[in-house]
Amino acid sequence: MTATLARPGRTAPAATGRAPSTRRGRTPAARRRYALTVLAFLLPSALPLAMFVLGPMIAAAWISLTDWNLLAPAGWVGLDNYAKLLADPKTGEVFLHTLAYIAGYLPLVYLGGLAIALGLNTALRGRTLLRGVYFLPVVTSWIVVALVWRWLLNPANGVVNTVLAWFGVDGPGWWTDPAWAMPSIILASAWKDLGFVMVILLAGLQAIDPALLEAARVDGAGWWRRLVSITMPLLSPATFFVVVISLINGFQVFDQVYAMTGGGPGGATQVVVQQIYDLTFRYGRAGEASALSWMLFVVILAVTVVQIRGQRKWVNYG
Amino acid sequence: MRTTALAAAGIAAAAALVMTGCAADGGATEGPVTITYTNFISNDGNEENLQKIVAAFEEEHPDITVEVTTLPYADYGTALQTDLAAGTVSDVFDLEYANYAQYQANGVLAEIPVEEPSVYRESVLEAYATDGKQYALPSSFSTVVLFYNSDLFDAAGVEYPTSDWTWADEQAAAEQLTDQAAGVWGDHQPVSFYEFYKVLAQNGGEFLDESGTKTAFNSPEGVEAAEWLVGKSGTVMPTVEQGQGTPDFDTNLFTDGKLAMLHTGIWMFGAFADVPFGWDIAVEPGNAQQTSALFSNAVGVSSGSKYQDAAAEFARFLTSSDVMVETRLDAGWELPVISDESALESYLTLGDPANRQAVFDSLDQVALPPVVAKGQQEMQDIMTEELVEAQAGRKTVEEALASASERIDAAIG
Repeated sequence: MTATLARPGRTAPAATGRAPSTRRGRTPAARRRYALTVLAFLLPSALPLAMFVLGPMIAAAWISLTDWNLLAPAGWVGLDNYAKLLADPKTGEVFLHTLAYIAGYLPLVYLGGLAIALGLNTALRGRTLLRGVYFLPVVTSWIVVALVWRWLLNPANGVVNTVLAWFGVDGPGWWTDPAWAMPSIILASAWKDLGFVMVILLAGLQAIDPALLEAARVDGAGWWRRLVSITMPLLSPATFFVVVISLINGFQVFDQVYAMTGGGPGGATQVVVQQIYDLTFRYGRAGEASALSWMLFVVILAVTVVQIRGQRKWVNYG
Repeated sequence: MRTTALAAAGIAAAAALVMTGCAADGGATEGPVTITYTNFISNDGNEENLQKIVAAFEEEHPDITVEVTTLPYADYGTALQTDLAAGTVSDVFDLEYANYAQYQANGVLAEIPVEEPSVYRESVLEAYATDGKQYALPSSFSTVVLFYNSDLFDAAGVEYPTSDWTWADEQAAAEQLTDQAAGVWGDHQPVSFYEFYKVLAQNGGEFLDESGTKTAFNSPEGVEAAEWLVGKSGTVMPTVEQGQGTPDFDTNLFTDGKLAMLHTGIWMFGAFADVPFGWDIAVEPGNAQQTSALFSNAVGVSSGSKYQDAAAEFARFLTSSDVMVETRLDAGWELPVISDESALESYLTLGDPANRQAVFDSLDQVALPPVVAKGQQEMQDIMTEELVEAQAGRKTVEEALASASERIDAAIG
């Protein structure tokens, strides 16, 4: 995924090739052949997309209007499921927990990834190895990462609290304390995703013309001034991409919650996708779960549209 | 597992070819059929024992081949629900008593005709009947008893638990046995729905009222029962911070010799067979009365199965045949639900624990889990969550029960 997504700013214009316009006006047979060729190229991605994304979405929309419990035949209930969800305080809670997660996760993972990308963009010895090391958690299964972090943050005998105790600090209950459970998940998530953000930002940094930075240096701009006035604006397309992707992933947070706290303690870390999962597979309330899925989809779509509209103000494609 | 099943099926099919002509009587089907059976009961150590029963069935019914799939208990409920939703469920599948009502009410279970109901333990068989019709057959039962490490009792100079113990006796012993400096804990009882409905019954309380759709546990008996359950944590039992409540924590603590008393099911006998210390069991102490939790597993036949006769035949064989009784008793697997007590006698002399009689004694007064037709899993999840809140001290027991009662009423009503 990352290989094809790197340097979004550069590959985007190339995608609008000129082939269609030059082909127009040929014989009907040639045009049909051309259409078939286009179709053949589209099929490998369009077919799975239709089968595994579009199809289920339409099915979920239909299920959300029924009282299907996975066992008995579904009965039509109209918009009841949506009304029920809006009236249920649990719905607000899970959205709030999800937003709290994003609010903690996004700045942490972006600033952390940026710091590492800046560090690795220098002539540091062994930086190739370091890039691999930072990327390792990204490709590691969440179950493994969650187990490691549960162990590190174990309130009674975890490494973190043991080290804190050496300095006389009484470490918190981490994932057993409702106030600390979400920060624990945020910490582990940011750690795991740092590498991904780092790779994207590093690609963005390497696309910046060194002559611009050199010219600024000659003009007497310090490190901070060059970062704020040259690097950050030129890095904005990569930043935009990272923010959009991280926000979408943030709304869909599930694996780490499921593996680290299971939504506990006392429901303090229950997030939207987990509620969808529980409603369907634990409680057999597939109608409500489908309705909640659509609510989440609309929220993500709205946030993404706002971001894409807003990018004109701050994203600089040079 | 699947490969063993297929291999066994192949051998059985070959045997059937060789024995052409020696027709068996039970073949209630037309032509050879293959039925599927999904189970969790054999997972973790009893796969070959189940295979023995299946092979015996196939020998007796050359026309029927059984394809077995085994899943871990933890994933089973989700897998079954998904298969039922997708219409890909096996012809025969395991189910638990707690889920029976919900499955029956939704019409996924076919009726299983039983010609000889007297071979089954009546009370357990009845638990799987609705309106006089049998919709599932009990395959095994087990109870929860008090396990104890006799070496730790000897070291602390405390008398072993007896079947007359009350909560107060258990509490006093637990306090004497706990030695936190040495990492030794006196007692462990999970803080969960499954313990709560039982201690509630031990205290003379009711979980649901007569309507069956409203809770009744928010009562003085309920508060006392919940206090008994959550009060152990931090004094005679480890806290959540110390790992209590994570999978296998309690049984590992027991096998490590660091736990004097443990409330768990008789399905643990096998796992504790080789521990390097002495141990035994007693009927669980009660308060107002003695009550033990009775769990039973059953098999159902899918109402969508194409081979309901063959499937029902297998379900009956799996739950009442002599081969099954022998295999279960030899292996020390969970107990068969048969009425013939004399057939169970060999179980009493199988080895540790010595006091196997307590298993039968615990059956004198049992509590079945409260069952609702809608919202069973939510009821269980909410109850456990609220009890853990009280255990952690974030809510008082009274607050937790009031909140649990309100939330459960909304989910099951």
